[in-house]
Amino acid sequence: MSDILEIFMSASFWAAAIRIATPLIFGVIGALICERAGVLNLGIEGIFTAGAMAGWMAVWLGAGLWGGVLVAALAGGFFGLIHAVLTVPLGLSQHVSGIGVTLFATSLSYFIYRTALPDVSSPPRIEAFQSLDIPVLSDLPFLGPALFQQTPLTFLALFLVAATAYVLYRTPLGLAIQAVGDNPAAVESQGLSVYGLRMGAIVAGSAIMALGGAFLTMSAFDAFFFGMVNGRGWICIALTVFASWRPGKALLGALLFGAFDAFQVRLQTEVGSFIPGQVFLMMPYILSIAALIVVARRADYPRALLVPYFKGQR
Amino acid sequence: MIRFEPRGPVAVSRMIGVSVTAALAALVLAAIPMLFAGLSVFDAYGLMVKGAWGSMFAFTEMLTRAAPLILTGLAAAVAFRAKLWNIGAEGQLYAGALAAVAIGTGLISGPSFVLIPAVILAGALAGGLVMLVPTLLKTRLGVDEVVTTLLLNFVILLFVQMMLEGPMQDPMGMGWPQSEPILDEAALPKLMDRMRIHWGLIIALAASLGVYFLLKRTVWGFEIRAVGENASAARHAGIPVTATFIRVGLLSGALAGLAGVGEVAGLKGYLTADLSPGFGYSGIVVAMLAGLSPIGVVFAALFIASIFVGADSMSRATGVSNYLADLIVAISLLCVLVSGLFLRFRIRLSTSSPAQETAK
Repeated sequence: MSDILEIFMSASFWAAAIRIATPLIFGVIGALICERAGVLNLGIEGIFTAGAMAGWMAVWLGAGLWGGVLVAALAGGFFGLIHAVLTVPLGLSQHVSGIGVTLFATSLSYFIYRTALPDVSSPPRIEAFQSLDIPVLSDLPFLGPALFQQTPLTFLALFLVAATAYVLYRTPLGLAIQAVGDNPAAVESQGLSVYGLRMGAIVAGSAIMALGGAFLTMSAFDAFFFGMVNGRGWICIALTVFASWRPGKALLGALLFGAFDAFQVRLQTEVGSFIPGQVFLMMPYILSIAALIVVARRADYPRALLVPYFKGQR
Repeated sequence: MIRFEPRGPVAVSRMIGVSVTAALAALVLAAIPMLFAGLSVFDAYGLMVKGAWGSMFAFTEMLTRAAPLILTGLAAAVAFRAKLWNIGAEGQLYAGALAAVAIGTGLISGPSFVLIPAVILAGALAGGLVMLVPTLLKTRLGVDEVVTTLLLNFVILLFVQMMLEGPMQDPMGMGWPQSEPILDEAALPKLMDRMRIHWGLIIALAASLGVYFLLKRTVWGFEIRAVGENASAARHAGIPVTATFIRVGLLSGALAGLAGVGEVAGLKGYLTADLSPGFGYSGIVVAMLAGLSPIGVVFAALFIASIFVGADSMSRATGVSNYLADLIVAISLLCVLVSGLFLRFRIRLSTSSPAQETAK
């Protein structure tokens, strides 16, 4: 028992929880923006991979770290645009289009990586983002190492949560995005473009998702590996439902998830000799399914989610 | 102004046209990454055709690869017909393979005519039961099955790894994470001497005919189609929607499980955690290319298998990454989605706005 308590008392545990949560925060915020506008984006898993690969490769080619972040966001926006065109004006199945975008983004990323680096045995490394050293805050006892010794992308993720909440609830644009996911016909009768709002939200959301991938190759690790996204995108889709499509709850959900994951990794070192490692590796996926089950009954889906809108048809 | 006018019932010839157009469009678009990789497009496609159709060996390899794709394609097609979004065929395939290995490596013994059906049944049952979980979560609790089936893929693969490093590891396997070999009596027989092609293909073709018959000629098939067209209307019409979803889930999972049986009991002979190069996900592309038709799935699977086998061969000859195959398959899915529009709608360019049109 005291061992478990000790885990929660250590600053490194909380630092790890936030580190694990960071890509999920990007992913959930991105997915939330798309779904608030009425479009499920199952391209997320591939967009993570594309962001991870594109960001890493840009830096490897000499673009600088923030250049890499920009390239990752652009790559995400590009695949988001494909999903947007297929699902909004063409009104195709959001499920199948999303899976198609995931397969396309993943295979294109792998193909480009393999073509650019045909025969490397160990993945080349870049100089990744370092933890910030914020004056005063980073030096606080416990809180400093737990909360404030993170890389800049973690702070960007936190900023995006606040910015998304502000835009969604406090600006006309945000209200229009919410409305287009609930009642697109009413939005059109206001003289606003349903297609424009939905496509814009998907492209923006996808760009943010891609930053989650970029965090993996440019902050958490310093190289690109095949299969490194490993279902994180799907976990974000589950967390979005868990968060009731609210940015604040999305942050909370991602942090809870990160804390749980950091906890089970530490628990594994305590009891790892009795329980196979795979049981622990399964936990994030099982936890995501459990999160969906918990909220399923009262999930308040955007009312026009998955429903394509055609002009002039009610 | 572009307008989509819905078409009436769709002729089979038009459906085939859409699929062929999509496949050709994908091959044309794939020329872009090929050029990027420094390939000569015509030479590359020549090598791919030769690699998949150019010799008896190549042809049987392609058919061997098509067998699991037919089954996972059917798994997706039958589920999508009912709008049950089973994206978990990859996991169900592994569950089927694991069950086949559990039964077929000595748990029971007997002659082939006992063991082979036992292995097939075990695999189908395991796949079906795995899909039952997300189906029940959908019908009982309203949990979206897309995410649960996707997440279960990871859980099952980890479970397989755990079994292969634990209770089901081959003691003679020098520590490799692999199962004991399937007994000779439990293995699916080969179709030809000195080739790898096996009875899994026959099972797949039979399954395709079976699903065709089920959908076209039976009450259950009618109910599946009705639920897929409009679940709430079907419920009002007295169709047992929940029972239909459960039947479809079991059938879809079982078909994917059969793919795992074929791969392990027909091809590899023992189970490893890299049994499937994404057959479950490619099955979705197969089903969509086939327009969700069970007969069409066979032809779509032959096309996708040709891409995979051809690209492997082309990759060995040119040194270009065989991720190109996955890329062509992904582009095919996007192309068939778009070309499907021409099936369901007549696309008109008009100068007046739709509001004016409806006002007339």
